[in-house]
Amino acid sequence: MSEEKKEKKRLDLKRRSMPKQDEHERVKNFDEVALGYPVETAIEEARRCLQCKKPLCNQGCPVGIDIPGFIKFIVEGNFSAAVKRIKETNALPAICGRVCPQEEQCEKMCVLHNKKAPICIGRLERFVADWEAAQGKAEAPAMAAKTGRKVAVVGAGPAGITVANDLALLGHEVTIYEALHECGGVLLYGIPEFRLPKAIVRREVDYVRSLGVKIVTDFVVGKTRTVDKLLEEFDAMFVGSGAGLPWFMEIPGENLNGVFSANEYLTRVNLMRGFRFPEFDTPVKRPSRVAVVGGGNVAMDSARTAVRLGADEVHLVYRRSKAELPARAEEVENAEEEGVIFDLLTLPIGLIGDEHGWLRELECLRMELGEPDASGRRKPIPVKGSNFRVPFEALVMAIGNGPNPLIPMTTPGLTLNKKGGIQTEEATGQTSRPDIWAGGDIVRGAATVISAMGDGRVAAAAIHRYLLGK
Amino acid sequence: MYRIIERRMIVPNLHEFIVEAPAVAESVKPGNFVIVRPDDAGERIPLSVADWDASAGTVTSIFMQVGGSTAKLARLKPGAAVPTFAGPLGKETEIGAFGTVLCVGGCYGIGSIYPIARALKEAGNTVITLLEARSSYLLYWEDKLAAVSDKLIIVTRDGTKGAKGHIDRIPELLQRAGAVPDRVIVNGCTFQLMRTAEITKPLGWKTIVNMNPIMIDGTGMCGVCRLSVAGKMKFACVDGPDFDGHEIDWDEFLARRKTYNPEEVDPLRRSSCRSHF
Repeated sequence: MSEEKKEKKRLDLKRRSMPKQDEHERVKNFDEVALGYPVETAIEEARRCLQCKKPLCNQGCPVGIDIPGFIKFIVEGNFSAAVKRIKETNALPAICGRVCPQEEQCEKMCVLHNKKAPICIGRLERFVADWEAAQGKAEAPAMAAKTGRKVAVVGAGPAGITVANDLALLGHEVTIYEALHECGGVLLYGIPEFRLPKAIVRREVDYVRSLGVKIVTDFVVGKTRTVDKLLEEFDAMFVGSGAGLPWFMEIPGENLNGVFSANEYLTRVNLMRGFRFPEFDTPVKRPSRVAVVGGGNVAMDSARTAVRLGADEVHLVYRRSKAELPARAEEVENAEEEGVIFDLLTLPIGLIGDEHGWLRELECLRMELGEPDASGRRKPIPVKGSNFRVPFEALVMAIGNGPNPLIPMTTPGLTLNKKGGIQTEEATGQTSRPDIWAGGDIVRGAATVISAMGDGRVAAAAIHRYLLGK
Repeated sequence: MYRIIERRMIVPNLHEFIVEAPAVAESVKPGNFVIVRPDDAGERIPLSVADWDASAGTVTSIFMQVGGSTAKLARLKPGAAVPTFAGPLGKETEIGAFGTVLCVGGCYGIGSIYPIARALKEAGNTVITLLEARSSYLLYWEDKLAAVSDKLIIVTRDGTKGAKGHIDRIPELLQRAGAVPDRVIVNGCTFQLMRTAEITKPLGWKTIVNMNPIMIDGTGMCGVCRLSVAGKMKFACVDGPDFDGHEIDWDEFLARRKTYNPEEVDPLRRSSCRSHF
């Protein structure tokens, strides 16, 4: 009894907060919002870890990081060992530390989650990754002897980078083919600078390149060269070609000027740096009243981007209530702090344009919540006769997207799944073609960075076994 | 980087642009386009492919200088390089044994209709090529096109060459040539695509138009190139760029083409001279 009491007393239930840029300042710039732990805070947070004998946190990690292991090194002040431990299973810690939904994964499994004070694993991961970057030079990991086997990876996004990293460490010769002019995939074109600085993406890509991975940009597999033609030169292929065509609601007026898919809106700003037009040539509109439709992280990113582009009013239009928002709580909070107005329980039903084809108004219906639906969330039901119109100059549709159609369209013999993506065997990521694996959004539609990386890890292991048996 | 073999003004405001891009040259087909960035700060500009030489590894486009980005392209000199030249993108133009095919080209499309006419001719069709320009001095590649066409018809707005008038004269000119096309294929500016489709619709001539919307990635991701075809949302970069011209919502398409008109010309009003700011 007294033992237990002592134990309880020792528990530190204060999650250390991470400093952020002041909300009044940050809405005027695209710099990163979260600033990272100072060394002392990181050690304090790491000390809260109970170092469970049978840890659950790492079971919540799609790439299986040894979480208590790296945290213990932080407590000891041995940051270099900490980052090395993470990199055994995760090539992109600075990225995952920032954009993983830890509250749904590792932190949800933490035993302190019951006490509402799980260890801030993501912040600690980010801390050690940034610490390493600040040292200037990443330590080269141990690499296996060359196998002479060649693997082609399609797409330099999170899935492709993970596969390339893992297979390079195992001694295989890897070439990544990237369709765009820069590497990173959604990390680059999708996630804004203020959430994930592009310098970090470039740094991580450079790291993978330093492992001997060859990267060919501006190369659209399926078009520049077909999958089958490429396979004449390679022993195996991983397809991580990512997200495809954006979804729309199929309501009137979606092709009006001023209506953007989130993919377009964010690509203009992030990949093409439209926020610096005319220094960079790709323009982006800077309207004063913007609606963003959707409730996920992409919707939050779009709304917060609109704020930074100088909009007077940004409304997030979502058909369910706040409790059902799929976005990370942290991102919702950031958006609220930055003045995004949440129009909850609101369903867009039509867009009305002016005589020149530009968006002028959005027509919506009010919703109320009914019984839980198949997703377990309470189903929104329209309130009859509750139609109303609100003036907007721009609207960003952020309700998701399908898998990229190019490889499915141009590759015979690939079985597709219900979403139009590539069908894979879950345990291995292998497709219906024995020498082709796939993972990330090309399989799942719109999912998360870390699930794409998890797919990459699984596929890399399977490809390795295949190549050894060859 | 992709080396520029040639960049010259072929007629006023239209440029011939030949780039060394062996992987693209190896796979390109009639009707495809490429995405070019003039420099590291540049936009991703879609250009229709007008010719290629697989053995030399080169790809040729004709582009019109319209706004700031194409002005940048127009300043590039042979021997220089562009950071991005990706393709071939879009579905290729359907080439079959259709019978008699009318190929209509205007503006940059006089260039991009050329490989289409050539492939149709090789496939055994009777190819009638009709070129339209404001004036004779805006015509180019007439010899190249004549060589792959059974008949070459020229229409100029001012009558300085060929028939006087514009695209509306198609039915009359074809009748005079004694031909009824089994298919019409149009490459050119948006207005020409639309007008041709409007003219051929009552005649029941199947008309394929090579669309030219605004694009960014050009690979089926961003969705800016969407258009309404037979009432359905389509994406020109992966579903097209060829569509049935009689099924397109032209008013919507023309409006969408103009989305960034002010921004397109904005850089042209700036210069490095301080007094201009």
